[in-house]
Amino acid sequence: MQTDRVEQAMRAGQRLHRIPGGLRLQHNKSVSCELPVAKAALPPRLYVPLPGPIGVGVGLLVKPGQRVRKGDPIARSDPGAGGWVHAPTSGTVDSVVSHPVSHPSGREGPCVVIEPDGLDGWTDLHPLDDWRLADPGELRRVISEAGIVGLGGAVFPTGVKVAEASERGIHTLILNGAECEPYISCDQMLMREQPASIVLGARILQRAVGARRTIIAIEDQMDAVRHALEGALREAAAADIEIVTVAAVYPQGGEKQLVQALTGLEVPGGGRPTDLGLLCQNVATATAVARAVAEGKPLVERIVTVTGNGVRRPRNLLAPVGAPIASLIDQCGGYEPNAARLVLGGPMMGYPLATDSSPVIKAANCILVLTADDIRPPQPEMPCIRCGECARVCPALLLPQQIAWTVRNGLWDEAIDFGLSDCIECGCCDFVCPSHIPLVDWFRHGKLELRLRAAERRRADIARERFEAREARLARIKRERGERMAEKKRVLADEGARQEKIAAAVERARSRNRGKDAT
Amino acid sequence: MLIAVLCFTLLGVLFGLGLGWAARRFRVDSDPVVDRIDALLPQTQCGQCNYPGCRPYAEAIAAGEAQINQCPPGGEAGIRALADLLGVEPLPLNPDNGEEQPRTVAVIDESICIGCTLCIQACPVDAIVGASKQMHTVIEEECTGCDLCLPPCPVDCIAMVVAGPPIEAPAWPRPAGLTGMTGPAPPFAQDPGTR
Amino acid sequence: MIRRFDTGGAPHFPPQTTVARVMLQVIAALVPAVAAHAWFFGPGILVQILLAASFAVVFEAASLAVRRRPLRPFLGDFSAVLTAILFALCIPPLAPWWIALIGMFFAIVVAKHLFGGLGHNLFNPAMVGYVVVLISFPQAMTAWLPPAAIASYSPGLADTLMAIASGGPPGGLSWDAATGATPLDAIRTAVATGRTIAEARQSPIFGDFGGLGWEWIANWYALGGLWLLWRRIIGWEVPVTMIGTVLLLGLAGWLLDPGSNPAPLQHVFSGALIVGAFFIATDPVSGCTSARGRLVFGAGVGVITLVIRRWGGYPDGVAFAVLLMNMFAPLIDRYTRPRIFGHGDRKRGGS
Repeated sequence: MQTDRVEQAMRAGQRLHRIPGGLRLQHNKSVSCELPVAKAALPPRLYVPLPGPIGVGVGLLVKPGQRVRKGDPIARSDPGAGGWVHAPTSGTVDSVVSHPVSHPSGREGPCVVIEPDGLDGWTDLHPLDDWRLADPGELRRVISEAGIVGLGGAVFPTGVKVAEASERGIHTLILNGAECEPYISCDQMLMREQPASIVLGARILQRAVGARRTIIAIEDQMDAVRHALEGALREAAAADIEIVTVAAVYPQGGEKQLVQALTGLEVPGGGRPTDLGLLCQNVATATAVARAVAEGKPLVERIVTVTGNGVRRPRNLLAPVGAPIASLIDQCGGYEPNAARLVLGGPMMGYPLATDSSPVIKAANCILVLTADDIRPPQPEMPCIRCGECARVCPALLLPQQIAWTVRNGLWDEAIDFGLSDCIECGCCDFVCPSHIPLVDWFRHGKLELRLRAAERRRADIARERFEAREARLARIKRERGERMAEKKRVLADEGARQEKIAAAVERARSRNRGKDAT
Repeated sequence: MLIAVLCFTLLGVLFGLGLGWAARRFRVDSDPVVDRIDALLPQTQCGQCNYPGCRPYAEAIAAGEAQINQCPPGGEAGIRALADLLGVEPLPLNPDNGEEQPRTVAVIDESICIGCTLCIQACPVDAIVGASKQMHTVIEEECTGCDLCLPPCPVDCIAMVVAGPPIEAPAWPRPAGLTGMTGPAPPFAQDPGTR
Repeated sequence: MIRRFDTGGAPHFPPQTTVARVMLQVIAALVPAVAAHAWFFGPGILVQILLAASFAVVFEAASLAVRRRPLRPFLGDFSAVLTAILFALCIPPLAPWWIALIGMFFAIVVAKHLFGGLGHNLFNPAMVGYVVVLISFPQAMTAWLPPAAIASYSPGLADTLMAIASGGPPGGLSWDAATGATPLDAIRTAVATGRTIAEARQSPIFGDFGGLGWEWIANWYALGGLWLLWRRIIGWEVPVTMIGTVLLLGLAGWLLDPGSNPAPLQHVFSGALIVGAFFIATDPVSGCTSARGRLVFGAGVGVITLVIRRWGGYPDGVAFAVLLMNMFAPLIDRYTRPRIFGHGDRKRGGS
């Protein structure tokens, strides 16, 4: 069985494999790791984004003027659309407004405005009595209702991911602590300061999916992290959890790349690591799971790295969801005079935000403030000279110059053929391109177009089916009517049958009249 | 001289046999062309092409009775895709059949609707829900914007509203590129795909 | 206080390199070889480079203006200058000025801009220019100077300028007196007249491997090429396969018939093979996209060069070989697409 093969591959000496392509980048992380993680001060207002417009799969559970405590559910939605949303702190619900939601498009969306009362008091918490005895299905339910999503950046609903994984059969849980993008250090600080919660989260997730062992992957320059984790493992006497260091090459921390580094196997195109019997979760997600199951606390806050040359005192903050980014930056000493761009995420895969009133969202692992020197001046995009550097650094073994050509000219079939869907949007190709072609922007646009075209084709197919069904129904009705008329005509043509029918009809009419006279 | 003639005749026969064998050996089995044409049409079933639905129009194109430029919902992109498939020159959209418009959906004004079911009977994809003397409403996801429900309505309570763009569409616009060097911009939402 | 920012695309890093920087590094790698060329064969090469570069820039600016493209980014990327230098290195140092004019016209206007400009040309522009003048003006293109060490008369700067401007022979001599055969010419005539190569190699124009002077220039080309390899401006696939194929096939030919086939190293250090391997066949735009494709491309150029040298009508076949392989590059690309991560059979986790 192929999952056995993967297990063997992993046991056979943990020989780490090299990922193709990739870049060695300057880390720029140490400056934000000098201070310990501090709890962010509460801003005057929190803008908690809702997963979608109210009514379209999203139900609002609070009213303006209602008092809430930290952890009270304020909205629920389909698990696939983002799941539950909880109040990040205690206070009063002010209103629901349209506010920027820290989305790449810069659009606004419905946000619940909460005015904190400063007490930050938790609601009544109901942790599981003993998670070691709980049914795995029960664990999955708790994870789902706690609103936990993947905190590595993809924010995929963890409950859904874990449920799908346990159906497939998982033998190894991989906790991804290989924070490979420069500047971001939130996972690193979490592992240094709260290693016990990560070990607990690993144990719970293992039980929830039935994995036999856990591997925590960290990068090879994280010595303090390793020390802290080893201490926690010793205390918990966790024999089935081990720490593996991977090379500090970007994008080693990508899910598919990490699987390749640890096992030497490639996740099948269009598939997931669960196809190989592996479940990958970010270490912060594991901590959130531990809090939800062992303490009953839903996901309402996360560690955010606030860093960059445009911030006076970079550090990591434990920030509530919905806090405007401006309040976080104030707590880090404010902007430097030449701050020029605000990025959510890292310098390779992050996206810029137009305003610092945008709220912290569950996906916000890093707020990066860049100065004018750090960012690319708007260069004219030169034509591709086909130098091939992009193909050399691509970890997905693609030909980015060919994909860009097909996307630019609307050759969608060829774009799929060249592997546009397999692109992980890491930005390595963009980084090395001498013609300054914004390759990742082209690929994101191309993927969007493919999604929209596929949706359009599906709609056309459904319309065709409905049309044909309707035509068939009308034809059937017509046919049945014709048969009934033919039957009637045949009966009427037969003299004997006709007399019988007339007599029966007269009898029916008489009995009806008799019935009417009787009442 | 004679030898030359014989040689050429022999070569011609050999090559002819070779080509015939190759034509049979490498034949590509494909869907009947009507199915492939139908797959490119937007399935609006509106009848603006002067045929009672997309399939009859596809059959007419395959039979050579109709031009490829009679479908407004398919738009310029649809005409290009048909031209590619059939190996003919693309033509501009025939203005007699209509104009290319953004996608619309029908919306029934419930305060005016009298429950007559005439629009339900007219809808080619059964996108209207309702019954006699009950409220009628349009299922937005199923509506193809064909406009066929407007004429039968006796109280004129149906309006065609432009369907909003998909929620992700603004997120990743086409990069600007160097002036004039980026090539033609493929339009979305009118192009039913190239397969 | 709400603060607004401008938004730009990822990655948010300063740019690592530009097209201009790539081209300038290639030009820098050619400088030692150009200096060696001037040392051995006089200042003609420098004048030709100047001429060709000027014509190239003028034609480029004119083409861009006619095509309504922005001038500054394209003129500032030095690609036209590089084309001019490569062209100038292929023509005789005393070629008349209109050779550079016509060559650059065909290289820049026809081969580059008529096909779409930078990044869109199907054929190597320098080679197109060279081949056009080679076929159209055989006399002017075969008037090579012998190396200064053994030449009876070596024109100085003034004589060079006069010769180039007028199109006539230098210093009042006749063309026969001023010019001599190149090593490849000598080999060709030897084979044609039935002498062996060993006999032909007695001529003083031959050095240790290739031609006197030419082998040194080839060494400097090779050094420059290796530097470009180290800087990752070019890939190893094309030079290794091209030179390797020539060595292998040359070895086979020499072992079979040393009388009419020169030794493999002779092949490598003669003519435009080294400069072709590192600077001409490695032109990324007209070559193959993938690494595997480039292996095939380089091998193809090597084979065709040897075939033309042995059996073809011209003494050196590198230019024609490159252009012929440019024709096949899209086809090679189609069949040498690399496997995508997660697809195919190798090391895949799925069933």
